[in-house]
Amino acid sequence: MEIAIALLDSVSMSGPLLSFRPEGIYCAQADVFIDPWRPVDRALITHGHADHARPGMRHYLSTDIAAPVLRHRLGDIPLETVPYGEVRQINGVEISFHPAGHVPGSAQIRLSYKGETWVVSGDYKIEDDGLSTPFEPVPCQHFITESTFGLPVFRWQPQPRVAEEMNTWWAACAAAGKIPMLGAYSLGKAQRLLSLLDGPGPILTHGAVEGTNQVLRAQGIALPDTQLVTPDTKGKDHPGAIVLAPPSALSSTWARRFGPRETGFASGWMRLRGIRRRRAGDRGFVVSDHADWPGLLEAIRATGAENIYVTHGYTEIFSRYLNEAGWKARIVETEFGDSDETESEAA
Amino acid sequence: MKDFAALFTDLDQSTKTTSKINAMAQFFETAPETDRLWTIALFSGRRPKRAVNTTRLREWAAERAGVPLWLFEEAYPIVGDLAETIALILPPPEAVTDRGLTHWITTLRAMSNDEEPQRKKKINAAWDELDPTQRFLFNKLLTGGFRIGVSQKLMTRALAKATGKPEAELAHRLMGNWSPETTDWHQLVEAEDASADASRPYPFYLAYGLEDAPEALGDPADWQAEWKWDGIRGQLILRDGQHFTWSRGEELMTDRFPELARAVDFIPDGTVLDGEILAWNGAPMPFNALQKRIGRKTVPKKLLQEAPVILYAYDLLEWQGEDWRDRPLAERRAQLDALCDGLPADAPVLLSPHLAFTDWSDLSEARLTAREAQAEGLMLKRKASPYLSGRKKGDWWKWKLDPLSIDAVMIYAQSGHGRRANLFTDFTFAVHNGNELVPFTKAYSGLTDEEFTEITAWVRKNTQQRFGPVRQVTPQHVFEIHFEGIQESTRHKSGVSLRFPRMARWRRDKPVSEANSLDDLKELLKVYG
Repeated sequence: MEIAIALLDSVSMSGPLLSFRPEGIYCAQADVFIDPWRPVDRALITHGHADHARPGMRHYLSTDIAAPVLRHRLGDIPLETVPYGEVRQINGVEISFHPAGHVPGSAQIRLSYKGETWVVSGDYKIEDDGLSTPFEPVPCQHFITESTFGLPVFRWQPQPRVAEEMNTWWAACAAAGKIPMLGAYSLGKAQRLLSLLDGPGPILTHGAVEGTNQVLRAQGIALPDTQLVTPDTKGKDHPGAIVLAPPSALSSTWARRFGPRETGFASGWMRLRGIRRRRAGDRGFVVSDHADWPGLLEAIRATGAENIYVTHGYTEIFSRYLNEAGWKARIVETEFGDSDETESEAA
Repeated sequence: MKDFAALFTDLDQSTKTTSKINAMAQFFETAPETDRLWTIALFSGRRPKRAVNTTRLREWAAERAGVPLWLFEEAYPIVGDLAETIALILPPPEAVTDRGLTHWITTLRAMSNDEEPQRKKKINAAWDELDPTQRFLFNKLLTGGFRIGVSQKLMTRALAKATGKPEAELAHRLMGNWSPETTDWHQLVEAEDASADASRPYPFYLAYGLEDAPEALGDPADWQAEWKWDGIRGQLILRDGQHFTWSRGEELMTDRFPELARAVDFIPDGTVLDGEILAWNGAPMPFNALQKRIGRKTVPKKLLQEAPVILYAYDLLEWQGEDWRDRPLAERRAQLDALCDGLPADAPVLLSPHLAFTDWSDLSEARLTAREAQAEGLMLKRKASPYLSGRKKGDWWKWKLDPLSIDAVMIYAQSGHGRRANLFTDFTFAVHNGNELVPFTKAYSGLTDEEFTEITAWVRKNTQQRFGPVRQVTPQHVFEIHFEGIQESTRHKSGVSLRFPRMARWRRDKPVSEANSLDDLKELLKVYG
């Protein structure tokens, strides 16, 4: 509870509780930054993806579930943890972390002071993926939302449907004597897919994926059995297997050891045929850890907030839509993900 | 439409030729006959007439999706395909049915008699019973343009696999004027008499570009050389007292080139000629002159006088009603020479001369003078070669001139469509003119996927201004632009238009100051225009 000791208790603040600074999203009253992209003294971290959890902060605060991955990625950092829902007071500001449903341990961060309440949602999705603590709407007046998939063409299928598609593909590959190789981001997406895969053989994992698996298993998150691919691994020794790896590994020489194979890619971007054909190899599966269009709108409505701050994604289009629909929306430039319409790896 | 959607998904997801062929062959073996016929028709560019204009479709889709039209219009360039945008933006279907491809095409065609409100109702009803993939295909049928990465050649191979008929025969059967409404499966694919239709052209034999030095082709005496003309490859058919003119794109162009009608007066019935349609004033005119003729279904008198066309014949495919394609080129050519010898000087068919040469170095020199002859290079054909169908290596080669080249600055970028959606691939280039940069051409091709990805990231960070989908970017990158020809143009600010411009290289080594100038372009125009 060291952090709760007020540092600037006599300073009277004017203006909104949160502001947007070159270092990141800032709460002056509590003197904390949320997911800052430049080194600062105190950082509240929503989740462990590289664009949200960066090195160099003098003090970190995250959820207890997110902490092991943060340490795995950032090393021995000065990190304090807090369970979902527990309120910390910093110089009069109530600060609490609430499930965002994005990846295990991911949080929306609520900051409230003298009746003014903000929620920084980080990255989030509405659907329960069975792995992350499901998203909970947090009432507020000011809601900071991402807009990675803030276009009405993005609409996800229920998870069981995608699971069926992937498992059908796995079975078909196995029947044809080929090894399916599924590309997915190594934190979150890969473990989510793991829990959906059900097929005729073992699940083999790339070192980057397995590293995260081990961290999550060690903290008590149940994942199906996997086998790490080693320099000696040969495809022909594992008939019926499926391989889970970061997308970049699929086209590398590392992949050659598996012999006859097909490649697939799991991402929200696979919803678009052009990108699917460019990126996916043989198959594209539409699975995202970000909210789809209906999900974004549902989340925004559920907060009851009037003021919406739109960050990374289709910011211009999404904020214009929100304004026309009656919200007070504005664009906030951040360094989360890739700006504009780039395909971000984590999506 | 489930089976057709499954076929589409298989074709769309596979990059491998064999699995595409297998998927199609299986469809041709199992689908209902009319669905098969329509599939062949669609994959060979015979699509039903557009039933609704796309403006209405966008409005209806936005309305059905409950989003403002501007939002639909914003999503469209990001998705990169109208049919797909509609398919994705609509709410999930209410109750999916499984009616065949033919049902939907018939529904569409019947709509042309409906009033607009009725059409809207029918289209909305269709959207409500199709899943997103089927919806996408239905929208493709609605909007036309059914390109899904399957060439006619590939489809023909699959059909050969499914029916056991030779590929070349099937290719011939599928040519010409048919539609699923005027024929049936038996008549088109199976019946004995494949050449019942007098207008039916032969599949064109296409050459590959010569990669190595011509010496690798062996003894020059085995080869024939001609100029490679810059016109429209065409086939002139004289059968049953009529004439038919086909373009290589399998478009019937008889009415666009009425000059060729007089061929019937001089050339015997039962003749099919392969050659180049050229605008002609005693010598070939630049492609520009011909281009004015291409877009017009009926030709005004003035244009007929300004840019009259001829067929410059270089091969004989049918003679006295007999298919001559299996005979050696030398024999076909001798008969063609004899035929053309007897023609009056004002006949609309002329013989494309061959070039005499004794060794390859003669030809190398001749090639360098191609532009003076209004040609774009040389064609080399083995004298013993039969007339094959499609693009084949070995007997026919095109040996084009090296392209013209200029270094230009990229100033605008626009994202591509389809596979290149969400990627900046369409660029406008400029040259220096004093302190100004004058745009002179667009180019879309020539870079690798990696380079396009890299330039896309750069464009996003260096956009100065947006004009709808077009972004003005910081003038910073120089590209080497290659092109085949240059013409004066009053429509362009630069005063020139290029033929086949493309990006040959990204000149990272060159600063903007070292790009070429408008004077350099004008110099090229003087020499090559």
